[in-house]
Amino acid sequence: MNVLTQIQQFFSDPNTLWVLSGTILLGVSSGVIGSFAFLRKRGLMGDVLAHAALPGICLAFMLTGSKNPLFFLIGATVTGILASMAINTITRFSRIKEDTSLALVLSVFFGVGIVFLTQIQHTNYGNQSGLDKFLFGQSASLVGDDVWVMGGVAIALLLFSLLLFKEFKLLCFDPGFGRSLGFPVGLLDLILMLMLVLAVVIGLQAAGVVLMAALIITPAAAARYWTERLDIMLVLSAFLGGLSGALGTLFSATTANLPTGPLIVVAATMIFLISLVFSPRRGLLSKAIRLAATRKQMARERVLQFLYENREQGYFDPLNTEMILWKYPMSRRRLKSALASLTKDGWIQVEQKGGSFFIRGTGEGWVQAYETVLRTRMTEVWMMHENEIGGNIREEGSTTGEIPPDLFEPLWNLLVKHGREPKWNPKSDSIAGEGGNVP
Amino acid sequence: MQTSNRPVSVRDLSVAYHRKPVLRDVQFDAPEGKLIGIVGPNGAGKSTLIKAIMNLLPLTGGEVQIYGKPYKEQRALVGYVPQRESVDWDFPTSALDVVLMGRYGKLGWFRKPKAADREYAMDCLDKVGMADFAKRQISQLSGGQQQRVFLARSLAQDARIYFMDEPFVGVDAATEKAIIRILNELKTQKKTVLVVHHDLQTVREYFDWLLMLNMRQIAFGPTSEVFTTDNLQKTYGGRLTVLPDLPEPVAETR
Repeated sequence: MNVLTQIQQFFSDPNTLWVLSGTILLGVSSGVIGSFAFLRKRGLMGDVLAHAALPGICLAFMLTGSKNPLFFLIGATVTGILASMAINTITRFSRIKEDTSLALVLSVFFGVGIVFLTQIQHTNYGNQSGLDKFLFGQSASLVGDDVWVMGGVAIALLLFSLLLFKEFKLLCFDPGFGRSLGFPVGLLDLILMLMLVLAVVIGLQAAGVVLMAALIITPAAAARYWTERLDIMLVLSAFLGGLSGALGTLFSATTANLPTGPLIVVAATMIFLISLVFSPRRGLLSKAIRLAATRKQMARERVLQFLYENREQGYFDPLNTEMILWKYPMSRRRLKSALASLTKDGWIQVEQKGGSFFIRGTGEGWVQAYETVLRTRMTEVWMMHENEIGGNIREEGSTTGEIPPDLFEPLWNLLVKHGREPKWNPKSDSIAGEGGNVP
Repeated sequence: MQTSNRPVSVRDLSVAYHRKPVLRDVQFDAPEGKLIGIVGPNGAGKSTLIKAIMNLLPLTGGEVQIYGKPYKEQRALVGYVPQRESVDWDFPTSALDVVLMGRYGKLGWFRKPKAADREYAMDCLDKVGMADFAKRQISQLSGGQQQRVFLARSLAQDARIYFMDEPFVGVDAATEKAIIRILNELKTQKKTVLVVHHDLQTVREYFDWLLMLNMRQIAFGPTSEVFTTDNLQKTYGGRLTVLPDLPEPVAETR
């Protein structure tokens, strides 16, 4: 109840509505720019730029003596660009690799920023109280001017992303090809970097220097789990970013005045974790389910195959399940579940004799076993003769894939040539499993 | 002046990385409408050469002309198939979208691909036998299929000269056939194709002309004239332990 009334209070205050729209806009723009940074494999760059903004903000304050967000924006942009130039210079002119130079630049710029910040706090600058909020972010400290600047920059960033969508896509996927088409890849990289600086800088007051990077990269990483299309990924990332911003702000304003930055990051991370586990195609859960299904299918095929091959060689007695394990090693549990599901389908019958289990095929089961063996062997010869035959069995995936009808005859002929054609066809044999001669 | 109708004319080209020369003394005039193979051992500078011709790397010396003019003015005439491994295929996009990138050069800045571009890209996918995979996410394609998507993208560039970097590496038989078919189609359209190639067994079968390279140009000319034991020795140094029996049996290995 208490929280509810707090939220009610929150929404009735027009000023906090401003704050909320600010953080949402921020989440949206950093979600979009973050997607490009993520796909360009510049995820850490956001972190560097955020940390590098601190000395810029402090310098802007020391030089102007005011807390005008526009000056902060300019100062942070300048030091952000300096930082990215420093990284480029270090990687180009020394033997130091990019990861090391990122770490170097990040810590040096942040260290200088902290020195400036301490300096400001120890000197009598008067209204310095808001500056330390930049470390962890405090959305409550946002005022009308801040939100206007944030909103303006965010919308400009979104428009630019829309305008340069095609170019950024090319830059992220295949910059070498882009250059061969005549697009200035270096310039595009610079534009993307500038946009990243701006996205980071407008978020500093709400999310904080230390954690701003999470807002850049986490929504993009989460969105990637749900889609295979860049445009949808951008929209989704924007939505998830905005959602994180809103949730973080709400919690921050209603609960014991916790700093906004960490709460936004917690919200974004929750969204990411949910995506990581539950997304339909790439999620860990669906991957585990698919793997289990494939393993079961494989075990079922092994049983049918062994059953058939035993029969093909002229042994008509029920088959001891230990023999299957001997030929195709697998866990007893997996074999058991395969046998159970085959029995449930009515393809095999299991009987117990003196502590051992014996299986035999049913009428339907023998037909299925025949089909399985035929498919497997046809795929084998296709792989051996792919060059002459063509077609695309492999392209459609596993051994369970169907044989294209036009390939059936040539593959059958090849099987005969290699002496690998299934020698016993249960479909032309009325008393399946009992007697009957191998044709 | 007589070189102005040459698709690719390279004069005294050299490239160096960190002051170490990787290519020098490359000089050739590619004839129009030929399939030209570029062969040489690993590290011979084959990829470097085509990248240098396409201005993707700075030259340390020399000059390249495309139909008698500098590359920058003739960019629209050139199509490019980079090495398949040069990109991350786990990118959120479809096969058709990648092929559509071949139209970006003609579109220029800011303009979005139109329905006509989509149709064109679709036709290109169809030519490489990948029409059924247009909507497929690119990481779900096999290596050969990815190579064919790259080939289709270069066809979408609608160029007169094509540079292909190792298109035959790691592809299946169906893809190899598709590439060969496309190469011969391009040839009948009087287009010039330069292909970085590594499989000496197929050189005679696939290419009319040959550029043999090992940090410097060893030979350039019709395959029948330059693909000799002597040139191979020079190109590969002692590294080629089993030289293909030359000349006839090479053509018969298939």
